[in-house]
Amino acid sequence: MIEVENVSFTYPSGVEALKEINVKINDADFIAIIGENGAGKTTFIKHLNGILKPTQGDIYINGLNTKKASIAELSRDVGLVFQNPDHQLFCETVEDEIAFGLKNFGFNKDAISERVTWALNLLDLTKYGKVSPFMLSGGERKRVALATILAWDPKILVLDEPTIGQDFHQKDKLRQFIVQLNSQGRTVIMVTHDVEFVADCNPKVIVMSNNRIIATGSAREVLTNFDILAKASVLPPQITQLFIKLSDLGLPQNVIDLYEAKQLIIDLTKGRLNNEGL
Amino acid sequence: MKVFEGLKFKRGTTAIHRLDPRTKFLVSCMIFTLALLFTELLSIMILFIAQLPLIFSARIYREWSLSLKGSLTLVGIILLSNLIVGYISNNFQLSSQLLTYSISMAFRFVVLMSSFSLFFLTTSPDDLSLALEQSHIPYEFCFAFTTAIRFVPVLAIEAQTIMDAQRSRGLELDKGNFLKRIRNYIPILIPLIVGAIRRSLELAEAMESRAFGAKKKRTNLYRLQLKKSDYLTFLISFCILSLALYIRYNIPIPEFQIPL
Ligand SMILES: Nc1ncnc2c1ncn2[C@@H]1O[C@H](COP(=O)(O)OP(=O)(O)OP(=O)(O)O)[C@@H](O)[C@H]1O
Ligand SMILES: [Mg+2]
Repeated sequence: MIEVENVSFTYPSGVEALKEINVKINDADFIAIIGENGAGKTTFIKHLNGILKPTQGDIYINGLNTKKASIAELSRDVGLVFQNPDHQLFCETVEDEIAFGLKNFGFNKDAISERVTWALNLLDLTKYGKVSPFMLSGGERKRVALATILAWDPKILVLDEPTIGQDFHQKDKLRQFIVQLNSQGRTVIMVTHDVEFVADCNPKVIVMSNNRIIATGSAREVLTNFDILAKASVLPPQITQLFIKLSDLGLPQNVIDLYEAKQLIIDLTKGRLNNEGL
Repeated sequence: MKVFEGLKFKRGTTAIHRLDPRTKFLVSCMIFTLALLFTELLSIMILFIAQLPLIFSARIYREWSLSLKGSLTLVGIILLSNLIVGYISNNFQLSSQLLTYSISMAFRFVVLMSSFSLFFLTTSPDDLSLALEQSHIPYEFCFAFTTAIRFVPVLAIEAQTIMDAQRSRGLELDKGNFLKRIRNYIPILIPLIVGAIRRSLELAEAMESRAFGAKKKRTNLYRLQLKKSDYLTFLISFCILSLALYIRYNIPIPEFQIPL
């Protein structure tokens, strides 16, 4: 469980990046954080494994105050995947890269090789095991970065903009296994600008704007609330926009899901056809 | 990383900021020369104290002290190496003279660092580039030099992010013996260097596509002009330097020694 109590944070340069953040994230929650550029999303998640410590307030990870624990200690439970994979890749092969974290956390040799194979397989990277991470494409490097963290199976997984640079196929796989990890009882927190991805994943959503949390709710509640989204410079998913434009036809306005939309439109056209007696 | 913070230009409008970069360069060189001329603890301390009014009037005390704090490791190394070499060549005897000497050598480095930091904290990279160009240094060199300076803070931020990313993978920088600790920095240095090389290639491409070097002769919107205050500073610096040279060669400087 993550308890964030009245947290504010000011960078040494004087920028106040978080203001009075209060939130409680339960075990096995699935959370998406959205908000405009500079809203403080990255700053917030860097608090979860103790890279940054609140200048005011406290954060408890499973009861442990982040101010009283080292980053390594917290990272064992909170796996944080950074936005830019180039900030962490340095080994000669992808396998070594994945093994690095495992060695740091003191896994034994057999466990390491087992987990490396598992992580490679999970992220569709098996054929790159012996390849240098520097030779891979941007999207592939991003998956390697994710694999390096997943390898030690942290209870809480935090992702900064995981969908950037992924093609449709990979994005869909990413969604599937994030959902799977979550259903296996892991907490997943992701920061993203991709509202369609949020709609597909259907998590709880936290909206940040101007360094504060301005709303929390289900994906459906939040993604159909134009006022809140506008404050955070976010547009609703296209399907939601379409249904709002079509409100004259008596269609519901809280649609975020493609399949639901399809069903509604089929019903509508069927109804029309029947009414016109054809 | 604090060292970089202490060398990053801080915008300001104080008299020192407004001095011509060439003047400031000369003043820094003068302090540099003075620090090299003297070896006595007393004179080096005077040199250090004499800089303080400049630092305060430029309102850069905070940044300046950061740069000094950042250089403490090097100061320690200088102190130790002087002590060790002196100790060995002195038939393994520690004298109070040696101690004083080592301390003044270390302190001398602080003075050099401080004059550096005074120059870089109050001179904008743009002014520096102009000054170099007007001294007839080829533009390519000026550009390379100022770009290097400009990218120092970027690199410092990047180093911080890389450190955070690797710590999140369980890396503990200050764990293990001395050698292990040095090895701990490999996961930080490699991404940093790879990133710097990648960035420089990208920068070159971006510059080419914006027609860098298409015209041999460049013109500038601004020209640096020496003002009255600059000439006055020249004059004062010259007097101080002459005086110092006179003292150095004609007046014995009292040597007080730190007792063991
Ligand atoms: N290392 C830093 N030093 C000083 N200020 C910073 C630093 N990192 C971020 N900031 C500032 O903190 C604020 C929040 O930044 P943050 O990176 O958390 O935003 P974000 O919500 O992740 O934005 P984006 O969507 O662009 O990734 C911004 O105003 C930013 O300029
Ligand atoms: Mg961010």
